[in-house]
Amino acid sequence: MTAIPARAPADVSAAAAPGSGRTAGNRWVYLLLVGGLVFMVGPFLWMLLGSIKPQADFLTTPTILPSVPTTDNYQRLFQQLDFPRFFFNSSVIALAVTVGNLVFCPMLGYALAKLRWHGKRVIMGLVLATLMVPAGITLIPNFILMSKLGFVNTYPGLILPFLAGPFGVFLMRQFMFGVPNELLEAARMDGANEFRVFWSIVVPIASPVLATLGILTFLGNWNSFLYPLVMAQEPQMYTLPVALATFATGQYQADNGMLMAGSVVLVVPVLIVFVLFQRWITEGIATTGLKG
Amino acid sequence: MTVPALAQRRAAEAAPSASRRPWRDDLVGWAFAAPFVILFGVFLAFPILASFLLSFTSFGLRDIANPVGTSVIGLKNYVDLLADPKFWKALFNTFYFVVVGVPVTLVIGLLIATALSRGVTRFRTAFRVGYYLPVITSIVAIAVVWRFLLNPDSGLINMLLGGLGIKGPAWLADPVFAMPSIIAMAVWRNLGFAMVVFLAGLQTIPSSLYESASIDGAGRWQAFRYVTIPMLRPTILFMTVITTIGYLQLFEEPFVMTLGGPLDSTLSITMYMYQQGFTFFHQGYASAIAYVLFVIVALIAFLQFKFLRSDE
Repeated sequence: MTAIPARAPADVSAAAAPGSGRTAGNRWVYLLLVGGLVFMVGPFLWMLLGSIKPQADFLTTPTILPSVPTTDNYQRLFQQLDFPRFFFNSSVIALAVTVGNLVFCPMLGYALAKLRWHGKRVIMGLVLATLMVPAGITLIPNFILMSKLGFVNTYPGLILPFLAGPFGVFLMRQFMFGVPNELLEAARMDGANEFRVFWSIVVPIASPVLATLGILTFLGNWNSFLYPLVMAQEPQMYTLPVALATFATGQYQADNGMLMAGSVVLVVPVLIVFVLFQRWITEGIATTGLKG
Repeated sequence: MTVPALAQRRAAEAAPSASRRPWRDDLVGWAFAAPFVILFGVFLAFPILASFLLSFTSFGLRDIANPVGTSVIGLKNYVDLLADPKFWKALFNTFYFVVVGVPVTLVIGLLIATALSRGVTRFRTAFRVGYYLPVITSIVAIAVVWRFLLNPDSGLINMLLGGLGIKGPAWLADPVFAMPSIIAMAVWRNLGFAMVVFLAGLQTIPSSLYESASIDGAGRWQAFRYVTIPMLRPTILFMTVITTIGYLQLFEEPFVMTLGGPLDSTLSITMYMYQQGFTFFHQGYASAIAYVLFVIVALIAFLQFKFLRSDE
């Protein structure tokens, strides 16, 4: 798991890199990188432009720009289909799961890294062993369990299984090892119990890592597909990815404009979160080598 | 596990505890662990076990009312799988996706990371954000957009090819081109992830190594071949495993873009499990499919563990 050594400060390599004098070679590198960038960003632009094209534009020879920009696709998305509802569902589920992970993962991470108790090694082994378990393996038993509990097509059914993810424990445990013991001992000497030590010493120190965990958990859950596809069978419980996939493979599959608009609605909140917090996201991933 | 990390962990574990009463330590430890462990036990650990048990039953829709009453059929699901041509097709397709997709993703990710870490100083953040963008966006949204891009008549890709005088194929509707199209999209989506991890790995390589290589007359390519690659070996191995495990679970792309077609040419293991479990409600059979995938993933994780160990 810890094949990636701890990360050095982000920009040292720029200064450290020799060979920056080879400008002729660099020009080619820049050219290739910019070309690649166009290729990376292009589909997003195509999506944005497509979402404001009128229906007629898709029937003729394809053009890059819309003949007349229109909000018609978005209007249909929000009026004919229940996209406000799907947006709400996705938000509620992703937020609840994020909060759960932000509470439960640091607690266990702290207990694993800094406390002595019987059973710790077993729990640690179990959690780490499930880090790479394919999502499909738990799908069917969870579906049966949720059916028995009456939680299919409910928020608890979509939230509960993800409240406590092994990824968060792994991330928090790695971080907790770095918290100096002297700090904890000093607080204990002052008579603080473990919960107080955790709450007033450890949590404040951990806040940057908690931010990383929170963002990654939110993004991972916002984009989650297979599980909600199975657990949300009634349209009023669809999340955005489930709704989009259902419409894209069903009766609206040829409705380019509306599906592009749906993709925009699914992607734009994530882009905003990403642009605001990109450093935390990429560094969190670089330190752990894992996605949310 | 790096050596300092191990030492650090030992130090942490050897640290004296404030309390002299072990039962009290246990109580506190479990109090911190309990909320996670309960949720984890019910919704992750138990289902992993349950799924294994289910794979030996003929569990179907009617058994949901009384799951314990399902009939145990021993190894029949696994025996049936061996004789199921669709399963073999799904297995083949998934490996096709992994064997082509993983190396291409990693090589491109590594090249971009190398370019960004050595020499390129301007617009680094813009490049990093741009290349990483697809990683954090929903595969469903991306698959919808790519489906339109790849549309033979109205898609951008065939339009651009047409401009060059080439008549593009029907991509997703063609059994030969469907899987390569999906691989191209997966590479496009995941290379940013490889880039970020490789960038982190590259920053741990001491620049003195490059300096001595350059004094010895090594060019750019030689420095890459004889300094970067060997120093990055653990990271490359780790990324190979992570990406392989991720790619083995291929699902969203064929679900949205092709529904496994044409002629099952993009049917993946997870896709077939989903069809068996939730289209036909053969949940015992689907559990057996899921377990085969699980064993493959576990085997790869285990091999990685062995490889990384022998490295140290």
